[in-house]
Amino acid sequence: MTRSDAACGTANGSGPWMLEIENIHKRFGPLTVLRGIDMRVAKGEVVVIVGPSGGGKSTFLRTLNHLEKPDEGRVKVDGQLIGCEERNGRLVALPDSRVAVQRRQFGMVFQQFNLFAHMTALENITAAPIKVLKVPREEAVAEARRLLALVGLPDKEKAYPEQLSGGQQQRIAIARALALKPKVMLFDEPTSALDPEMVSDVLKVMLDLSEGGMTMVVVTHEIGFARMAADRAVLIDGGVIVEEGPPDAFFANPQHERTRKFLSKVLDHRAT
Amino acid sequence: MWDWGAFFHYLHNTYLLTGAGVTLALSLASLAIGLCCGTLAALMRMSRNPLLSKPAAFYIWLMRGTPVLVQLIIIYTGLPQLGIRLNVIESSLIGLGLNEGAYLAEIIRAGILAVPRGQFEAARSVGMTHAMTMRIIVLPQAMRIIIPPLGNTFNSLLKTTSLASVISMEELLRRTEVLIQVQFKVLEIFIVAALYYLVMTTIWGFIQERLEAHFSRSHAAPKDEAGAEAALQPNARIEKVLLSHDAQ
Repeated sequence: MTRSDAACGTANGSGPWMLEIENIHKRFGPLTVLRGIDMRVAKGEVVVIVGPSGGGKSTFLRTLNHLEKPDEGRVKVDGQLIGCEERNGRLVALPDSRVAVQRRQFGMVFQQFNLFAHMTALENITAAPIKVLKVPREEAVAEARRLLALVGLPDKEKAYPEQLSGGQQQRIAIARALALKPKVMLFDEPTSALDPEMVSDVLKVMLDLSEGGMTMVVVTHEIGFARMAADRAVLIDGGVIVEEGPPDAFFANPQHERTRKFLSKVLDHRAT
Repeated sequence: MWDWGAFFHYLHNTYLLTGAGVTLALSLASLAIGLCCGTLAALMRMSRNPLLSKPAAFYIWLMRGTPVLVQLIIIYTGLPQLGIRLNVIESSLIGLGLNEGAYLAEIIRAGILAVPRGQFEAARSVGMTHAMTMRIIVLPQAMRIIIPPLGNTFNSLLKTTSLASVISMEELLRRTEVLIQVQFKVLEIFIVAALYYLVMTTIWGFIQERLEAHFSRSHAAPKDEAGAEAALQPNARIEKVLLSHDAQ
């Protein structure tokens, strides 16, 4: 049994959860970033993760779709294990090509947008459906146009990323992720690299998504968005979940000293 | 004395023109072989598996560390000693192609390394495998970095093929020398040959410009002014959204 097989643990039955995350550990060389995180996310639930930088929240998000392979613990989406497969009663790690297939159940939005620089907005959105899912081109293009309208950029299909503002690029990136019809959307500080006047545009699209019933895990410093859209707020620091709860209580009346400290810093920063 | 009559006569000499055609064909074929070997060697060299990276590093070190003239002579006149007999064309293609591949490997590797990390991650996040990520996302972007130095090496290659004359490859220089041994118009015929090389490298220069423009098209376009304008409106829009959301 290899180490990656061990990381798969044992198989369990699935519950009503869209996401079941158990005991995630992640180390980078001598540095332990995640020290055992458990989380369950219901279908349509929006979870906002806050926390100081270096606390492990981005790494946690990236272990969910196995962009980072967790050293221990496991992730289930809609009852299906990610990165592993049960074979003859035991769990074995899957090769890269199989994990790539599973990863399509997640849409991911990055802080730096990461639009494909050599493709137009439309091509960015259609690339994966056409090349990965083998959707016919006309169908993919029609769907991409619908998504462009959804994110409020129907007239930008021919624009290259470099011709677009940060806010526009991020909205295209959201459309690109949605084109794979994901079950869960992951947002890694989606507004942190944006000029302030662009932030609301991106948040609006995210609000629309949450109202449309999308299951979302969002790492952000936008407390306003968290209070409005989130069903649950979570503070991750030191590689563990320090506190979690409904956003109103979480932000108004945090129970833990670390949460209070972090929130006061963030809110002070916002006030200035 | 310089003989204008002879100069103009040889300027459209079929024997020399055919030689120039062979030079061009040899260059293109060597480039094609070089691109295959070079891409493969670049990808192998960047692998974390030493069984892939070490042989690639060895190949690049060996080819770049010895003169291509020596490589050609070893392949054509040395290998038969080991029972490996290759004709002139095979020897030229293997020698020039492998040599070109080693230089291109380093150029391609530099191009791939210049593609930002986020592009790999975004490609993986939309479910692409490693091979698809390379083919669809990374290599096309690396081309923008690769094309200028690639053009330079092809320009060199057009001229380096003249070394194959040493193993009696019937390309432009070889035919020039043969003609001179019969006609004794040394300067006139060599100037004609030089002009042929010049025409080929010049035409390639134009093609290279077009290629560079093609692969930088996503970077050449001017910044969209409308983007800044559109950004000013959303505050009003989000307020509306936020209000409607609160009301629920």
